[in-house]
Amino acid sequence: MHSTFKTTNTMRNFRYTSIYWGLTGILFFFLTSGCDLKEGQNLPERNWSLTWSDEFDGQAGALPNAQKWAFDIGRGDNGWGNSELQYYTNRPQNAALDGNGNLVITAIKENFGGASYTSARLKTKDIFTQKYGRFEARIQTPYGQGIWPAFWMLGDNIETATWPLCGEIDVMEQRGQEPSVLNGSLHGPGFSGANPLTGKYVLKNSRFDTGFHVYAVEWFEDRIDFFVDDLLYHRITKKDIPANGQWVYDHPFFMILNVAVGGNYVGAPNTGTNFPQKMIIDYVKVYQEM
Amino acid sequence: MKNNKSMNRLLSVIGVVFYTLLLSGCQNDDSVFTAATYPNNPDVFLDSFSGGLNYAAFSGTVPTAFQVDKKVTYNNTAQSMRFDVPNAGDRLGTYAGGAFFTHVGRDLTQYDALTFWVKATEAATIGAIGFGVDLGENKFQAGFSDLKVGTTWQKVIIPIPNPAALKNEKGLFYVSAGNQSGNGYSFWVDEVQFEKLGTIAHPQPSILNGENQNKFGFVGINTNVSNLQVLFNMPWGENKGVNVTPHYFTFISSKPEVASVDTKGVATIVGQGTTTITAKLGDITAKGSLTLTGTGVFVPAPTPNRAASRVISIFSDGYTNVPVEYYNGYWAPYQTTQSADFKINNDNVLNYTAFNFVGIQFANPVINASAMTHFHADIFIPGTLAAGATFKIQLVDFGADGVFGGGNDKNHTTTYTAPTLGGNRWISIDIPFSVMTGLTSRTSLAQIVFEGTNISNFYADNIYFYN
Repeated sequence: MHSTFKTTNTMRNFRYTSIYWGLTGILFFFLTSGCDLKEGQNLPERNWSLTWSDEFDGQAGALPNAQKWAFDIGRGDNGWGNSELQYYTNRPQNAALDGNGNLVITAIKENFGGASYTSARLKTKDIFTQKYGRFEARIQTPYGQGIWPAFWMLGDNIETATWPLCGEIDVMEQRGQEPSVLNGSLHGPGFSGANPLTGKYVLKNSRFDTGFHVYAVEWFEDRIDFFVDDLLYHRITKKDIPANGQWVYDHPFFMILNVAVGGNYVGAPNTGTNFPQKMIIDYVKVYQEM
Repeated sequence: MKNNKSMNRLLSVIGVVFYTLLLSGCQNDDSVFTAATYPNNPDVFLDSFSGGLNYAAFSGTVPTAFQVDKKVTYNNTAQSMRFDVPNAGDRLGTYAGGAFFTHVGRDLTQYDALTFWVKATEAATIGAIGFGVDLGENKFQAGFSDLKVGTTWQKVIIPIPNPAALKNEKGLFYVSAGNQSGNGYSFWVDEVQFEKLGTIAHPQPSILNGENQNKFGFVGINTNVSNLQVLFNMPWGENKGVNVTPHYFTFISSKPEVASVDTKGVATIVGQGTTTITAKLGDITAKGSLTLTGTGVFVPAPTPNRAASRVISIFSDGYTNVPVEYYNGYWAPYQTTQSADFKINNDNVLNYTAFNFVGIQFANPVINASAMTHFHADIFIPGTLAAGATFKIQLVDFGADGVFGGGNDKNHTTTYTAPTLGGNRWISIDIPFSVMTGLTSRTSLAQIVFEGTNISNFYADNIYFYN
């Protein structure tokens, strides 16, 4: 585990985003760097200092470290606000270490507590929160109609300032029926629910569920940058907040890892959805800028 | 930065050149170059036949059903393929279709799917479509059955079950389509090519419909591991099944001394014991298995030695059998008996499992056995004979009307118990008509009914009448 992390890309042309990079970025990167698989973007250098991490080392079948993660349990109100279909448990069947340095969240098709599916939702609420910095996780996501994996954050004032006033940063959100598509979003007053500020990234000639990818946000006073595999694919600045909206990202947030089944975002699974579905998390790391 | 876009375009052009060079430099080494024996051309039919491509219509199709079409094409390309499916009763053929193949194989190992665009004059279902039909062994045939097509162009993706297998593939495309409720129609196929999509994932192979099946058998018995399929998760997150041939799989027998299995998935029992046949697609173990229990060397029934002129045979390899409607009537609703007939060393044997009763019928025509004096059958009850086992043989004469019922049927039932009955040996049964007191006529014999108690499984052979 290294305690500092440096991103040395300089910023150039990032506004051309995914389409631009899809068409010419790949060519450009071979042209400039040959065989060396280096990022083609050039962003200003940032120096990060590690403030929190979980590498998920431990025995196979063990629950995740209770010093770092708490569980949300049950079906939530109205399916956690989204008509989700799963019952979240804290059983190792739904969330456990795999003995190879990964946390595995498993969505299972089974009747449990009145629901037809079980899964897990882990959070650092009341354990670890941070304002600004780099939040990243290396994840292999699950797939299939109605599967909704996410790595996201909520403002730690959620008990007093109700959602969306507390703010929500979705570092990674995917629809199982769109295995090549990644969404990174901000929810806040004036841009929440079905109308968040979203950046979409389409993986070319590949899918997110066939391998690990590093999902990250770099959150500053004036902007939040969304990365996949160190590629900046979306930036939201204070100026992008709609006129009737409010920038609610100047207080500490906690992190959440979950796999939802069904819900407004993805629709219900169908007979073609394979179960169990697993989200494999290699690590979660949080940095503060030095 | 004001000329940003135009500079990027220029970079792109330069990039293409370098990209090709650099990519080659990165990914290939000398050994790969020397191994590349066959062309890796992915094109099948874009605007015309790709290099070396031939077409052969399947037998029974309308020979002219396939045409190259210049008027209706996908995305205004130059030409497409059109297939005109005939109406029912067309004098030229019953369906449309054929194979597109090359004489020199293609190396398709770097692709993961055959793709094409298709549309039809009406919503229709194309019976079979795919690749791997080379007019030879069709070793690597794979495709969809019952592909639904509509009246607007849609892209079809057929995943390659295991690209590593297609090192020298000559069968590049095939299609076979019949009429829709008697009515013919036309469909177009365009931009047929192999592609590396990268967005097809999670192959889920299965054998025997994914079931774990059990079977008992003697040395020499063959069992075909069938119903092979590979499910793929498609780019839109949905599973889709591809029908495949056994050659894509590697078959494994856990105990080869009990049963061997060949590359076509045919398992042959070679010894006593229990083995499990499984299959792999590349490194992925297929769902489903076949557990075979070898029950040893089969001892055939005694070979009949009566002169053929003195025999009316119902079931025997020693004689020519008379027409028999069925050897198992599956009489509903009370019959449980199933058939698991087998052939071993060219000897056909009837095998009744889950036995309670079963009928053999030969009423078309009925048999006049007035010149015969005896009924004969050889039966074999595997295992130890259960206590209280009984075995009954009923002969039925349908009477002058030649049909069941009608008030003129005659029959007689003969019951056997131990020690005539016994396990693990052939029991030769000979019943003189003279003692079948209930069978007052044998000029219209039509049925033999076996009925048993505490006998779940038996073999039968050499069932005949003689004098």
